[in-house]
Amino acid sequence: MTTAGKFTTDVAVIGAGPAGLFAVFECGMLKLHCHVIDALPAIGGQCTALYPEKPIYDIPAAPEVSAAELIARLQAQIAPFAPRFHLNQQVVALQRREDAWELVTSRGTSIQARAVILAAGAGAFGPNRPPLAGIEAYEGRCVHYLVSDRERFRSQRLVIAGGGDSAVDWAIALAEVAAEIHVVHRRDRFRAAPESAARLAQLAAAGKIQLVIPYQLAGLEGDGGRLSAVLVKTLEGEQRSIAADHLLAFFGLVSKLGPINDWGLEARNGVIPVDPATCATAAPGVFAIGDIAAYPRKLKLILTGFAEAAHAAHAAHEIVHPDRALHFEYSTSTGVPGQ
Amino acid sequence: MPVIHVTTTEGKEIDLSADNGRSIMEAVKANDLPMLAACGGALACATCHVVVDPDWYERLQPPSEDEEDLLDTAHGLTPTSRLACQILMSDDLDGIRVTLTPMD
Repeated sequence: MTTAGKFTTDVAVIGAGPAGLFAVFECGMLKLHCHVIDALPAIGGQCTALYPEKPIYDIPAAPEVSAAELIARLQAQIAPFAPRFHLNQQVVALQRREDAWELVTSRGTSIQARAVILAAGAGAFGPNRPPLAGIEAYEGRCVHYLVSDRERFRSQRLVIAGGGDSAVDWAIALAEVAAEIHVVHRRDRFRAAPESAARLAQLAAAGKIQLVIPYQLAGLEGDGGRLSAVLVKTLEGEQRSIAADHLLAFFGLVSKLGPINDWGLEARNGVIPVDPATCATAAPGVFAIGDIAAYPRKLKLILTGFAEAAHAAHAAHEIVHPDRALHFEYSTSTGVPGQ
Repeated sequence: MPVIHVTTTEGKEIDLSADNGRSIMEAVKANDLPMLAACGGALACATCHVVVDPDWYERLQPPSEDEEDLLDTAHGLTPTSRLACQILMSDDLDGIRVTLTPMD
């Protein structure tokens, strides 16, 4: 990870999922250097964020590989090309400069690149925010999607929403410090490690945690900055109000195209049309590959993303070095630098 | 070919036909209706959440535990909420009614 700064490179790759990582390899083989930006703190995209332990069976020559292992192998494969990663930051602006594209991230990093390969999947991952009216005004102060300082919640009344490991583990951890904890979940089963779920049940039986089941979040009450209560309702719509100082909402991550919609790439329903021969988008020098790239009969497979990475890299070479003919070579003849 | 009656979040009603064996998510995406379906049907997200008409809900195979786990992360749940990627069309489901949920 790097701190904010100004950089110049051949190709900026947006998204560090499997397609983006392999684009670094394909660019590297054509001697194009890459900077890679991702909103998550770790590389891997959906493979890391959504299903690291799931086995994948349709990667050529890898009969079975877990998503996490696939990412580790890609990382090893691109290491010789020394890509520069800018993680934990989202590209918020993409603008045409004289002979390059300038990308600006949410951390203020600026990267000028001759070509851009957009491998952003379904968009940048961020917290899955409950769609409650006026929630933005409370975020950061009274509504939280992660806990960085347990002490902040000492003697406070908390509503914890969600049914996964984060909700369960934080309910247990904060039970010692909080004045009151209500856990709101839509059903009585928690998707958590069995020992954690058992511990939660113990704390509930002891009256240290109130389980609010089967309820889901319905609204917030407060003065628009300080929370006073969280409204919840059953699936049938029956409402109740829980007095609270903080809401901790743990519904995992969701991806959003966000600013990409505004880059003139004709994004529609979360995907960007490309020419499948080059993966070129409507913006010259900007290519899209992987799940975000759309063309007739597109298959959203990692396999497809890998092939698209090769197409985009070759097309990007023409943009980065318009004066240099690209002699097509196989990796068996060129080898990989440093190996 | 069985038909799916889809109501959008704006209340617009659209009839889609879908080959047997294809999911409602696939039919919705193939017709360019607003649905994220971020994971593409890998059962790894809940962005194809739809509300099934109660009369039709009863006729579906019950959701798997994996689907239930993902529904935990959906918002605006109803007693007949399902993931559209898990409903595979068949002649028995000809005429099924579903309502899309907001993309955000």
